Amino acid sequence: MVHQYKNNGFNIVLDVNSGAVHVVDDIAYDIIPLFESCSKEEILGRLGQTYPQGEIEEGYSEVEALAKDGQLFTEDGYEAYISSFQERPTVVKALCLHIAHDCNLACRYCFAEEGEYHGRRALMSVETGKAALDFLIANSGNRRNLEVDFFGGEPLMNFGVVKELVAYGREQEKLHNKNFRFTLTTNGVLLDDEVMEFANREMANVVLSIDGRKEVNDKMRPFRKGAGSYDLIVPKFQKFAESRGQENYYVRGTYTRYNLDFSEDVLHLADLGFTQISVEPVVAKPEEEYALREEDLPQLFAEYDKLAAELVKREKEGRGINFFHFMIDLEGGPCVAKRLSGCGSGTEYLAVTPWGDLYPCHQFVGDEAFLMGNVTEGIQAKGLQGEFKRCNVYAKEKCRECFARFYCSGGCAANSYNFHGSITDVYDIGCQLQKKRIECAIMIKAALAEE
Amino acid sequence: MKHIKTLNTKKLQNTVKKGGTSCTVGQ
Repeated sequence: MVHQYKNNGFNIVLDVNSGAVHVVDDIAYDIIPLFESCSKEEILGRLGQTYPQGEIEEGYSEVEALAKDGQLFTEDGYEAYISSFQERPTVVKALCLHIAHDCNLACRYCFAEEGEYHGRRALMSVETGKAALDFLIANSGNRRNLEVDFFGGEPLMNFGVVKELVAYGREQEKLHNKNFRFTLTTNGVLLDDEVMEFANREMANVVLSIDGRKEVNDKMRPFRKGAGSYDLIVPKFQKFAESRGQENYYVRGTYTRYNLDFSEDVLHLADLGFTQISVEPVVAKPEEEYALREEDLPQLFAEYDKLAAELVKREKEGRGINFFHFMIDLEGGPCVAKRLSGCGSGTEYLAVTPWGDLYPCHQFVGDEAFLMGNVTEGIQAKGLQGEFKRCNVYAKEKCRECFARFYCSGGCAANSYNFHGSITDVYDIGCQLQKKRIECAIMIKAALAEE
Repeated sequence: MKHIKTLNTKKLQNTVKKGGTSCTVGQ
C-alpha cells in the first residue's frame, strides 16, 4: 500500500507497510499509481504525452528497484503476528494518579467538569496513593522502569500528598529494584518556587496547561468567578521552562472552534520563549458551541500546512521548536508490534481515582461501566481488560486500510467510545486531523533533508 | 537515483523478528 501526496512543494510517497518515505519528481509521482495495475508499455503510452520516453523508463526502473527491495508496494503481513503478540501476558507499566478531583479553574472544555469527573470533589489520601504505588510494583512483573503521572483536576491542590508519594516511591524503588519516572500536569495557578524546585528534582516531565494567546486562553480557561488565568501563569511558566533548561516539559493547549487559526497560538507560545509545545484539538460533544465540526476541517488542514511551513522556516533560521504532533521518527521509532497494538490503556496503563478505583485511562474515569477494580483488590473486570487488550488496529474496520495506522495505532479508545459507543471504532474528526498532521510531519522531514 | 530520493532506510518488516505506554507512537 502506498500513500502519496503533495505538500509545500514536495511530492511525497509513503510506503505504508515498510515505513519507507520517498521524495519524488513529477515523473515518478505519476508512475507510482499506475505501477501495480499497468504494464511498462501501458505506462509509457499513458505518460508519453507528458514526459520524454527515456525519462519515463528511468523513473520506471527506479520504482521497480524500490519495489523489489521492499520499499514500495510492501504487503501488510502483520495481522496474525499482532494477534499472537497481543495474547502475551502483560504487566502494568504506568499509572495516572488522580491526586485531586478538584480544580481552581473552570475550563469550559474540561472532560473532568471542573476536575470532579462527574462525581464529587475529592483529594487522594497518602494511604490510597501508597496502595496505588504498591499495586503498580506488584503488577509490573520484571519491568524495572515504571511511570506515575500526577494528574487531576489540579494536582497542586494536593501537593503535600504528591511530595509524600514521591518520597515513598523513592524508598520502595530501592527495595524492589524499580525506577519510578514521575510526571506532573498543572494549570500553574499554585505554581511557586518550592514546586518548581521539587519538580526539577523529581519530575521527568511536566505539562503546563495554557492555550495560547491571552484572549484565547482566558475565554476557555477562566477562574470559577470568570477572570482569566493568562496573566498569572505566563511568567511562572516562562520561569519554569527556563529552570528546566527548556527541555523535559510541554506547554500544552487545546484549540476549539473559537480559534480555528490555532497556528497563531502555537507561534505565540513560541514567541513567549517556549520550545516544547503541544496545541491539540478539543474533543467535545457535537452540540457544544466550541466543538470542532466536519465543515471546519479544510481550514484546520490549512492551519497545519501553514504551521508546518513556518516551523521549517524557523528551524532553518536556528530558532526551531518542538511541536508534539509533528514529532515523527522515520529512522527509528517503535517496532511493528507496538505500532499496531495501541496505547496500552486498560492493560499496561491505568487511571486511579482519589479513592483508589481503577479505570482504563483518565478519560474513562467516572463512567461506572469502565470500573476495572481497585488498588487493594486489583483488577476485577478481567473481561473488560481483555476487550482493551484486543483493541488493536486490525480490530478497527476504519483503520485496516488507513495509511496512518503505523503512526496513530488506531487512535484513542475513549474518543471512539464517546462518539460511537464502542472502543473499536474511531473518532472521525480526530482521525482526519491525525492524518493531516502525519503528512505535515513527513513534509518537515523532507524539507529539512534538503539542507 | 535521479527521480526518487529516499529519506530513510527503515523497513518496518525487519522489526517483526527483532521487535515485540503512549497517548508518541510515531517513541
